[in-house]
Amino acid sequence: MPVQADLTYYYDGSFDGLLCCVFESYDKREIPIDILSASAAPQLFSGRSIPTDPHKSGRVLASIPQKIGAAALNFVRHAFLTCLPQKELYILLFLRLGYRHGPQVMNMLTNEVVNKLFKAVTHLNRESHLLKGFLRFSICNGVLVGEIEPKNYVLPLLTQHFCERYPEERFLIVDKTHGMGLLYQPYQARVVPIAGLELPETDEDEQVYRGLWQLFYDTIAIRERYNPVCRMSHMPKRYWKYMTEFGRPQDGAKPKLAAFGGKLLNPAAAEAQN
Amino acid sequence: MDVFEKLKILTDAAKYDVACTSSGVDKKASAGGIGNAAACGICHSFSADGRCISLLKVLMTNVCAYDCKYCVNRRSHDTPRAAFSPRELAELTINFYRRNYIEGLFLSSGVLKNPDYTCEQMIEALRILREDYRFSGYIHAKAIPGADSTLLTRLGMLADRLSVNIELPSQNSLRLLAPDKTKQAIFSPMGHIQKSIQENARDIVKYRHAPKFAPAGQSTQMIIGATPDTDYQILNLAEGLYKKYRLKRVFFSAYTPVAEDSLLPAPDTKPQLWREHRLYQADWLLRYYDFSAGELLDQQHQNFNPYLDPKCTWALNNLHFFPVDVNRAAYRDLLRVPGIGVLSAKRIIAARRTCSLRFEGLKNLGVVLKRARYFITCGGKAADGFKISENTMLHSLLSEKTLEQYRCDFSQQQLSLFDQTPPINPHPGRVYEDACASGPNLLL
Repeated sequence: MPVQADLTYYYDGSFDGLLCCVFESYDKREIPIDILSASAAPQLFSGRSIPTDPHKSGRVLASIPQKIGAAALNFVRHAFLTCLPQKELYILLFLRLGYRHGPQVMNMLTNEVVNKLFKAVTHLNRESHLLKGFLRFSICNGVLVGEIEPKNYVLPLLTQHFCERYPEERFLIVDKTHGMGLLYQPYQARVVPIAGLELPETDEDEQVYRGLWQLFYDTIAIRERYNPVCRMSHMPKRYWKYMTEFGRPQDGAKPKLAAFGGKLLNPAAAEAQN
Repeated sequence: MDVFEKLKILTDAAKYDVACTSSGVDKKASAGGIGNAAACGICHSFSADGRCISLLKVLMTNVCAYDCKYCVNRRSHDTPRAAFSPRELAELTINFYRRNYIEGLFLSSGVLKNPDYTCEQMIEALRILREDYRFSGYIHAKAIPGADSTLLTRLGMLADRLSVNIELPSQNSLRLLAPDKTKQAIFSPMGHIQKSIQENARDIVKYRHAPKFAPAGQSTQMIIGATPDTDYQILNLAEGLYKKYRLKRVFFSAYTPVAEDSLLPAPDTKPQLWREHRLYQADWLLRYYDFSAGELLDQQHQNFNPYLDPKCTWALNNLHFFPVDVNRAAYRDLLRVPGIGVLSAKRIIAARRTCSLRFEGLKNLGVVLKRARYFITCGGKAADGFKISENTMLHSLLSEKTLEQYRCDFSQQQLSLFDQTPPINPHPGRVYEDACASGPNLLL
């Protein structure tokens, strides 16, 4: 039986590092209070630094599909990208359950640990799905550039989608929360750390298409069905910041709703304005 | 006329079309091309009315030879007219697509000159997209009723999804409000599309690279509330369409007054949004929950209950079916419980393989216990701590606000939810009450 140890593990923040913590936990027959990334947290609590050893992590990595199944490995990899607090500890507990029960662990949805991780992964998947749609590119010097501010680390999940979508383009997706960027030029993609990014002035073409899109967005809504709550539940406000239809620099940042309502309720005034 | 003005006119004319889904097909960009599609569909934005924007939804032209009374683009309506040239439209689509504004194009059109000419224009726009730009994104095209079947075939080869709008759910309504359209003109392209999809399915088995005909299937839409057709008629028609024409979707659109006419509801009528909502709920029950139209409504109950959703109504009318034991019941039976959906039913099936389920666990699986607890048992036991009475049940199944309205409406009568369809707003259509009186008068 493992004992509940009164110490914290510190790892280097990589997935392999976490797998070494799993190794350590089995090696020492103990469960830590928490597993923290050494760079992210000051080492306040009594703890042990777990060095990342490719040999150990390799053993753990190979054992997961063997003992718990390929689906579980995929699940754990996704769980590692989520913004769940204490995700590392939950992943350790999940793997411990998995080694004990085998592939069945994926069905133990009422278990507290499994359920917590499932919810976090669902959140991750949902966010990455939404961003596939809500992401907006601007074209600067022939390169598509887009910014996002996700809660979860979704870049790895967006890579395949956007590479299949724009195979001949060059694009850059910047994740401002995590300071990372997805760089693509024909037939190769890379995720690199990006500290700050200043976009060059947009050219006239870009302005025209932004204007056209805003016009389309305003026109497609039916006044009689106006329902801002429904819109907000499908498209939470935190995504609006980087969306072309809401950012209107040329009008001096006019509030979106007033402009919309005014135009629809009083078409004559809107005409005059234009 | 510049592109801005054209886009404004042609979007304004297209906005009443409901379908804006980009689902049903999975593909990636061809070599040297652009565009992919995901089977689940991707929403790119939501307009201020809460509807999804997935495709660039425009008309090729809003000039129309027809005079359908319910339509904004009818011949007799005084409205600015415009038309995109095929190249202009293709360019606009690609530029929106590159910026990730849209998932593809939804192209419909008014009838310019004649159906064949209109169809050729649409085909040209799609051809430029598919061949010149090597665009593999999603394209939804409207089949123009009355166009030649070879043109329709060509359109289907270029588009992912085709649709033919039924618009009005009965022949009487069609005769009155859309005198230029006939049942024949609507159903023959629908039949043709279905036949082509079937033939194509066989070809693909034989030749892997056979060109695909409308791989995301076909859909249709109906206007709700412009005519006195009942929910029962509409739902039966929808069911028939799913069975006979293998449609992927039937869309409903609450009628928004766009014209004044003695045959139509008054211009200040509010769109019947709740009714549209109930029909969509029922539509989901037909497609994913294994219900049939006859179970939800019948001759005596021709309309949905405005206060209770169709599944709750069915459950209250069929109390003998319950309680269902979550640890034993088949997937099909679990789906019938209010508060259990497709996802939570699947989770129940998976989770009960590992351990016996209890009420606390069900919550983790996403079951809405507030509604479900009246209809289920866990290991033979019902949820503790409550008594089943009509009052507590109503409290759980309705929200505060609707409960109040419900009480007001029924204060005169004995509360008898179980065998009562509440009164529906009397319909303003004055001319043809007889259409309704003669019972279901379906197109199929």
